[in-house]
Amino acid sequence: MTARLFLVQRATALLLAPLVLVHLAVIVYAVRSGLSAEEILDRTRGSVGWGLFYGGFVVTVATHGAIGLRTILIEWAELRPRIASAAASTGALALLLLGLRAVWAMTMMVAP
Amino acid sequence: MNPPDGLEVQIWRGGAEGRFQTFRVPRRPNQTVLDVVTWIQREADPTLSYRFACRVGVCGSCAMTVNGRPRWTCRTHVSKVAADGKLTVAPLGNLAVIKDLACDMAPFFEKWRQARGRFEAALGRDDPLVPVSPESPERRAADAAIECINCAVCHAACDVVAWRADYLGPAALNRAWAAWNDVRDGDRTAVLRAVSGESGCGNCHSHQSCAEHCPVEINPTRAIAGLKRAGLVALLKGELR
Repeated sequence: MTARLFLVQRATALLLAPLVLVHLAVIVYAVRSGLSAEEILDRTRGSVGWGLFYGGFVVTVATHGAIGLRTILIEWAELRPRIASAAASTGALALLLLGLRAVWAMTMMVAP
Repeated sequence: MNPPDGLEVQIWRGGAEGRFQTFRVPRRPNQTVLDVVTWIQREADPTLSYRFACRVGVCGSCAMTVNGRPRWTCRTHVSKVAADGKLTVAPLGNLAVIKDLACDMAPFFEKWRQARGRFEAALGRDDPLVPVSPESPERRAADAAIECINCAVCHAACDVVAWRADYLGPAALNRAWAAWNDVRDGDRTAVLRAVSGESGCGNCHSHQSCAEHCPVEINPTRAIAGLKRAGLVALLKGELR
C-alpha cells in the first residue's frame, strides 16, 4: 500500500468514527421512538443536513472500504495490485452509486 | 540431574517438496537445538544441510522453525521447547528452501537493499565530525533498532510477508528506520521514498509477530509505525515525489 492510500485510509477512518456513532444514534432514535417508515421519510425529505451527513457517510465508506478491499484482494486472493485496484474501484463505484441513490431518494424524492 | 532417555527429532529433508525424517538423538545437559541438529549431521546423516557460524547468538545464520515457531537454534535450549522429548525442526518459513534446513536468504537481503537500509554520507573524510547526542530522540530510536542480527526470524513470523511476497518485511523496514534516524545521512528522505511504495511499510497490520519472535527483543512493529508516521509527514510536505 502506498503512503497516499495509507493516508486516505487513515483519514477516512478518522471521519468514520464519529459518523458511525451518529448513525447508530439515529438508528436507536428511529427504532426506540417507534417511528413508521412514513414518519421517518417526513423527517428526511428536504432535510439538507440529513442529506449532507449521509451523502458524506456514503463517500467516506466507499473510499475507506475500497482501500481495505484492495488489501484483502492482494493478500488473500493474490491479485496483482493493479488488478486489485481496478476490482476495488469497481466495488467503490457500485457502493457510491447505490448509497447516493438511496440518500437522494430519502432526501429529495417527493412523496407519491 | 541426568536428562531422561533420548530425543525424538523430526527433521525436514528435501526442498520445497520433501518429508520429515525421524532421528533418535541422545539427551544432554544444556543441549541446544543447534546441538541436536549438529549431532544428527555428524553422527547419523552427514548429508543433512543446515547453516550456522558463531553458535553464540551473534551471526544470525542458524534460525530454523522449531516445533512450529521460528527461533535462533544456537540459543534455544531443548529443555525449554521440548519438555516431552519431541522436536520438529524445519527450515524458516517465508523463504524458499534450498535443501533440508537451509533457505535461500537472497530475497531477504535484497529487501534490505530495496528499503535503502544503508548509510549515505553527506560529508567527506576531511570534514569535521558531526556530533550526535546519545540522548537525542533520533539516536535513541536508532539504538532500539540497530542490534538486529539479520536472522530472518521476524521475516518468517510475519503474516503479511506470507500473504504478499513483495512486502519488504519487518527486518528490512526496521533497518530502514535505523537508517532514517541517522542524522548524518545525506538524504534521509530517500529512505522514506523507498519504504512508502506499494511494497512498503503501509502494508504492516501491526500483528506484532515480529516483536514477539525477535530473539534479541527488537520491536520492528514500533520501527514500522515510526516509518508510517514519518512517511505521512513527508507526504503532506510533498517530499515523497
